[in-house]
Amino acid sequence: MTTVIRVENLGKRYRIGLVSQEYQTLSEKITTALGAPLRAFRNLRRDGHPPSTIHNPSTMLRTSPQSDHIWALREVNFAVEEGQVLGIIGRNGAGKSTLLKILSRITEPTEGSLTIRGRVGSLLEVGTGFHPELTGRENIFLNGAILGMKRAEIERKFDEIVAFSEVEQFIETPVKRYSSGMYLRLAFAVAAHLEPEILVVDEVLAVGDAEFQKKCLGKMGDVAQQGRTVLFVSHNMSAILRLTQESIVLEKGRLVLRAPSAEAVDYYLSAGTCGKSGERIWDADEVPGEAAPFQPIALRLRDKTGNIVDTVRSTEPLSIEMEYSLAAPLTGLRIGIYLSTARGEYVLTSFDTDDQHRFEKHGSRPAGHYLSRCTIPADFLNGGRYALGVNASSYRIRRYFMDEQALSFNVDTSGAPGMQWAEPRPGVLRPRLEWQIETK
Amino acid sequence: MAQTDIRLSTTVTIRPTSGWTALNLRDLWMYRELIFFMVWRDLKVRYKQTLIGVSWAVIQPFMTMVVFSIFFGMLAKIPSDGMPYPIFSYVGLLPWTLFANALNNASRSLVGNQNMVTKIYFPRLVLPLASVVAGVVDFLIAFLVLIGMMIYYNLIGVTHLTLRWEMLTLPLYLLLALVTALGVALWLSALFVKYRDVGYIIPFLSEFWKFLSPIAYSTTLVPEKWQLIYAINPMAGVVNGFRWALLGAPTPPDVRLLASAGVALFLLISGLFYFRRMEKTFADTI
Repeated sequence: MTTVIRVENLGKRYRIGLVSQEYQTLSEKITTALGAPLRAFRNLRRDGHPPSTIHNPSTMLRTSPQSDHIWALREVNFAVEEGQVLGIIGRNGAGKSTLLKILSRITEPTEGSLTIRGRVGSLLEVGTGFHPELTGRENIFLNGAILGMKRAEIERKFDEIVAFSEVEQFIETPVKRYSSGMYLRLAFAVAAHLEPEILVVDEVLAVGDAEFQKKCLGKMGDVAQQGRTVLFVSHNMSAILRLTQESIVLEKGRLVLRAPSAEAVDYYLSAGTCGKSGERIWDADEVPGEAAPFQPIALRLRDKTGNIVDTVRSTEPLSIEMEYSLAAPLTGLRIGIYLSTARGEYVLTSFDTDDQHRFEKHGSRPAGHYLSRCTIPADFLNGGRYALGVNASSYRIRRYFMDEQALSFNVDTSGAPGMQWAEPRPGVLRPRLEWQIETK
Repeated sequence: MAQTDIRLSTTVTIRPTSGWTALNLRDLWMYRELIFFMVWRDLKVRYKQTLIGVSWAVIQPFMTMVVFSIFFGMLAKIPSDGMPYPIFSYVGLLPWTLFANALNNASRSLVGNQNMVTKIYFPRLVLPLASVVAGVVDFLIAFLVLIGMMIYYNLIGVTHLTLRWEMLTLPLYLLLALVTALGVALWLSALFVKYRDVGYIIPFLSEFWKFLSPIAYSTTLVPEKWQLIYAINPMAGVVNGFRWALLGAPTPPDVRLLASAGVALFLLISGLFYFRRMEKTFADTI
């Protein structure tokens, strides 16, 4: 087996606060110049590091008081063998995108090295370089060339691409007249036919309708079958489990685990990365700026007595509450929860304004502090580990906030129906059904 | 499959580069088809949903010529090396329009294609290069009008222009204009990524440069002792060359052209290295 990707001691540092960058650069230059001798002395004394490193490695990542830099990735080491499908798991901001950006040569690392054998095809963003004025046919050629395909290669695969995209009739129509679904299918079709040695996939599967998603997953499976290497980044744990044998888990820019995917997913959902104390609290700086005016505060699980719990009994009702504030009034806002198993299969999705009456009453919410609460009934879930995600959006307008794995919790089945038999019971639900036994 | 691709067997090592790095023109060569496609896209998009399409390539220099002819030619009576003023100024406007458009489009090419820069790897040099090349097509279209004008003035007996061997040197002057435009655009496009001020500087620079170049007037108006300094502007060399090659103006290539070419080369090479140096931060700062 040959190693196709070797990542050694990779690190990427960003300067934060790009807005007043010139000023920062200038002031930084001055302070560096003035403070250099002192800092050199201090660094040497503290950990023997050469004075050239502004960052002090003894403090954990993130910002250190003396610099306005942030390490998006630090001391990452791993190797990928040819034909391997490696999953990359981590919370938002864990460094997944930065890693992929370095892998696909969009940006340069600050330290360390990365050796790649073969062509890297990236599905970081499908449809890049698509021009709305050009027809589908023209965009296939243009996009293909942007992705690094030769003209002859595009011509050879043209029919296949068109067939995959399902937009045959509109191939001579400017793509600005396409529906967003058609646009996306065409874009993905081009990228999917790139046939690189190393395919980098990031969240593209989150888009498109279910039918198309299935097709995309199938295509990725094909790619893997052909012995090519795939790096797959997703928040969809079931896709990770289905498509990858092994995964790495990133946490705050560091690689914390490399293990068979089942183990990695379990780690991600249960340890550290995911809130596990029955409560997930969002600090203001954890929330992306585009969430405004929505500000998540906390997601909590409470048992029937109101205590915050991370393990609930299946025989008792479970209350889920989402606390948030709105800095400005919002129309059509809905708070949703996603309940899924540790393996990533969805159990249910529910919104706080599902009910017609509530939908009308809370159609628009003034600025303020809110709590949306719901109850999962007793005798509903089977035992095991579950993940809870939240979402705040206005239908067809905007998604303000999304955290697919905000919280994880255990369901304990003591006292549940059928516990007299100590055997695992397949299925996500464990309802107490009304059975009748009649003698005829 | 796809064994035809030479990139298949390549191994790339990515590590932080510091300071001035090699140009990596090999990478650019591998992406030559992308340059072609970007040029093709630029041209295709530029004239889509326009009423008169490619005529716009002609209208810009032609209308400027008309205005120049009225104000500078007829009213101010600026000498035009013995040529009818319209043809004199149009020959100057042709390379100038090419230069100004190439400079403008290439300087804005990185910021204008932000999504490509932040999402996909390709040699960034492709973008300014394609913008410059796309300008040549407009130039060729506008050039046809010049041929028409030359025939017209010959027919009405005002000029006696014939095919001259000097015309063969025209591509060299054209190249000089392109090299200059690319050189300056490399600096500006890289600076534009970091400082949006460049967007305001470009039109100003272009206007300023236009009057420093012998477009509305003849180089022969410049006093002898200033001639060499004047030639530091490569566009002076280009316009003089065009007039000499096409109309037989008294501005044959000499040491001044060498000065022009030297400056242009300096701009190109320094621009290339500056661009390469800044290239690695484009995706982060754009």
